[in-house]
Amino acid sequence: MTAASTTNFDEMLNGDGSVRPAYSDFCEWYNSQDTAWLKRQDAEAERFFRRIGITFNVYGEEAAEERLIPFDMIPRIITAREWRKLTRGIEQRVRALNAFLQDLYHRQEIIRSGRLPVQALRNNDAFLAQMIGFTPPGGVYTHIVGIDLVRTGPDEFMVLEDNARTPSGVSYMLENRETMMAMFPELFTKIPVRSVSDYPRRLARSLRACAPPAYKGGKRPVVAVLTPGIYNSAYFEHAFLADQMGAELVEGSDLRVIDGRVAMRTTTGYKAIDVIYRRVDDDYLDPLTFNPNSVLGVAGIMDVYRAGGITIANAPGTGIADDKAIYSYMPEIVEFYTGEKPILNNVPTWRCSEPDALAYVLDNLADLVVKEVHGSGGYGMLIGPTSSKKEIAAFEAKLRAKPENYIAQPTLSLSTVPIFTNAGLAPRHVDLRPFVLVSPDGIDITPGGLTRVALKKGSLVVNSSQGGGTKDTWVLDE
Amino acid sequence: MLGRAANGVYWMNRYLERAENTARLIDVGFHLALTRGNKESADEEWKSVLTTTGQVEAYSAAHDDFSGPQVFNYLLRDKDNPGSVLQMVENARTNARVVRTSITNSVWEATNEGWMTLRDLLSRPVRESNLGEVLSTIRRQSMLVRGALEGTMLRNEVFNFARIGTFIERADNTARILDVKYYVLLPSVAWVGSSLDNVQWETLLRSVAGNRAFTWLNPGSMDPKEIARFLILDGQFPRSLVFCYEKIRSNMAGLAKEYGHEVSAHELLRDAGARLHQISIDEIFEGGLHEFLQDVIGKTVEIGNAIAADYRFIE
Repeated sequence: MTAASTTNFDEMLNGDGSVRPAYSDFCEWYNSQDTAWLKRQDAEAERFFRRIGITFNVYGEEAAEERLIPFDMIPRIITAREWRKLTRGIEQRVRALNAFLQDLYHRQEIIRSGRLPVQALRNNDAFLAQMIGFTPPGGVYTHIVGIDLVRTGPDEFMVLEDNARTPSGVSYMLENRETMMAMFPELFTKIPVRSVSDYPRRLARSLRACAPPAYKGGKRPVVAVLTPGIYNSAYFEHAFLADQMGAELVEGSDLRVIDGRVAMRTTTGYKAIDVIYRRVDDDYLDPLTFNPNSVLGVAGIMDVYRAGGITIANAPGTGIADDKAIYSYMPEIVEFYTGEKPILNNVPTWRCSEPDALAYVLDNLADLVVKEVHGSGGYGMLIGPTSSKKEIAAFEAKLRAKPENYIAQPTLSLSTVPIFTNAGLAPRHVDLRPFVLVSPDGIDITPGGLTRVALKKGSLVVNSSQGGGTKDTWVLDE
Repeated sequence: MLGRAANGVYWMNRYLERAENTARLIDVGFHLALTRGNKESADEEWKSVLTTTGQVEAYSAAHDDFSGPQVFNYLLRDKDNPGSVLQMVENARTNARVVRTSITNSVWEATNEGWMTLRDLLSRPVRESNLGEVLSTIRRQSMLVRGALEGTMLRNEVFNFARIGTFIERADNTARILDVKYYVLLPSVAWVGSSLDNVQWETLLRSVAGNRAFTWLNPGSMDPKEIARFLILDGQFPRSLVFCYEKIRSNMAGLAKEYGHEVSAHELLRDAGARLHQISIDEIFEGGLHEFLQDVIGKTVEIGNAIAADYRFIE
């Protein structure tokens, strides 16, 4: 086993190379395995994933229409104590997000109080005027949230991003676990790992609990997953979740509005849907209300929604809460709505729209990470320390031209977890996305999540579209 | 189930059946071409394969001659051929992806693995030396999907649409093969054929995987009328028209039972099925084999269209 780098926190090894308690059982098992056999298992994992068709499509890469997200077989392990603190922090944050959305689309107390400048909403495409004054069924805006966390020390988990629109990746949480259990069943008899497999049932229950006023009881509410179709990068996940929930997987072309309900075309006629878990963006949801060229959505669904005929999960307009410009205000937002100090910290963030912040960012570009306010997926960002002078100069020009489009953060010293390589274990940077379900019955966090890992040595970019991989995430039982 | 999903399951199975049938036709063409002494008549056999699959015009637009490797590579893997086996397997797999939530994991995995296997196998030009392996792989992959379907699917609407797709395609295939080759049988109905005719008839049987079955049922004889009867009216042979129609009937009956009512396709099917059951082989020949087959092909298309419309395959 190689010693961990001294500059960042390694989750498996102490600075002196000894194994931390969370990993002790695993390491004991690992060290007793035959290396050649492990290598074979590693190769086998890829074949397994290809066969079951867990692939994602990369935008703009036609040749590689379906690519595999590399899977690393060394688990990422979180202790029961760490998880308890995380869940408290996540729950607090998600409660605040929903209260914030309710407020933004109604009285806007937070703006009246001066805690959030009105500029944060102005000209922000994520804020949907159509949602003003409307309360979604059950008062839930973000039915499914993926909170991206990074770790910088033994007790230092920070929120990097709140994914409140349509967070993806949960199918990897489930399939990674399936794969690990198939490859190394004995590990799960030795180590008390909490199960994640009932996530789809929890999701179905949570969605059904948000049925709209038009649902009159009787049979269970009808749930459907709305996908853009098989060419979408997350299609596998859409199909997987629909399948596991026993819900219909629908496309825009299957749906139309009939008698004030959104209905799907079945072999025997149109059938009303109560709750739609949509995996299309707000802009494509309703050509009558938003992008008129959209063929992915349903004409008239917003009218049905506002009249109580359907529940849309997540609610349209939730994107305003995970906007990067809003992110920097999250500590204030959490405190404003919960009356408590945030349990999970934000990453310090400079808003380039503010002259002082911009000046600082321009002076320190080489040390900072600069992100587009509306970007996602690791595109359009600058990672100062690993960029060339030329790249930095080019980015500086873009930043000066439109500073309000950017925020900047310090380059975090992300924690590492080892990955399996042919030369043995090697530390790589990771993040963590736990999945959170919200319904009128409460907030439900599945003990686990998606650990993304930067497979390139030293790289801090964990996005699958940029060469990142995934790991099974273990939360240990008490 | 969604109309779009029914459409997907139906076409997934039609494409798989079609890929398998094309492989069988190539196999027969290869066999025949080998037994021909000179290149001209070998090329003629390959041209005949293209005629049967309905691709002779598209092929001729791009190629000047009908040499074996050129023809079977066109049929198997040509990127410009939308009806290539590879493309059909890909279509089947794309449809399977669309209906992922309607089929079992086993069916999906068999379809996906079949696609991966054939994509690799057909990534390079096929040579005569590995043609046999390629063709048997195509047949095997198709059978694996059928086996997974048979062994793991609930006997519900999804299964019924899958089977209807298989048997509509198969009925169409058998009728077309017979129709393209009917002249081989026709002039000789009244007399005992020459050895050449015998080879031709055997070929016809081989191309619908019926040579062994026919021999079991008719030991020592190769009577053209009997061959036609076998391929059209034999209720035991799983590729005969009567058999295919009986399967379509029973799967359509399954749908009527599950949905509690019949649709217009049931009516069409009843008429066409009754005609097949009542007619004798002599009557078929009296009225003209070609005319009869054209009628069956037309009816099958009509029934397929009615099913698509009645069950809302598309908006």
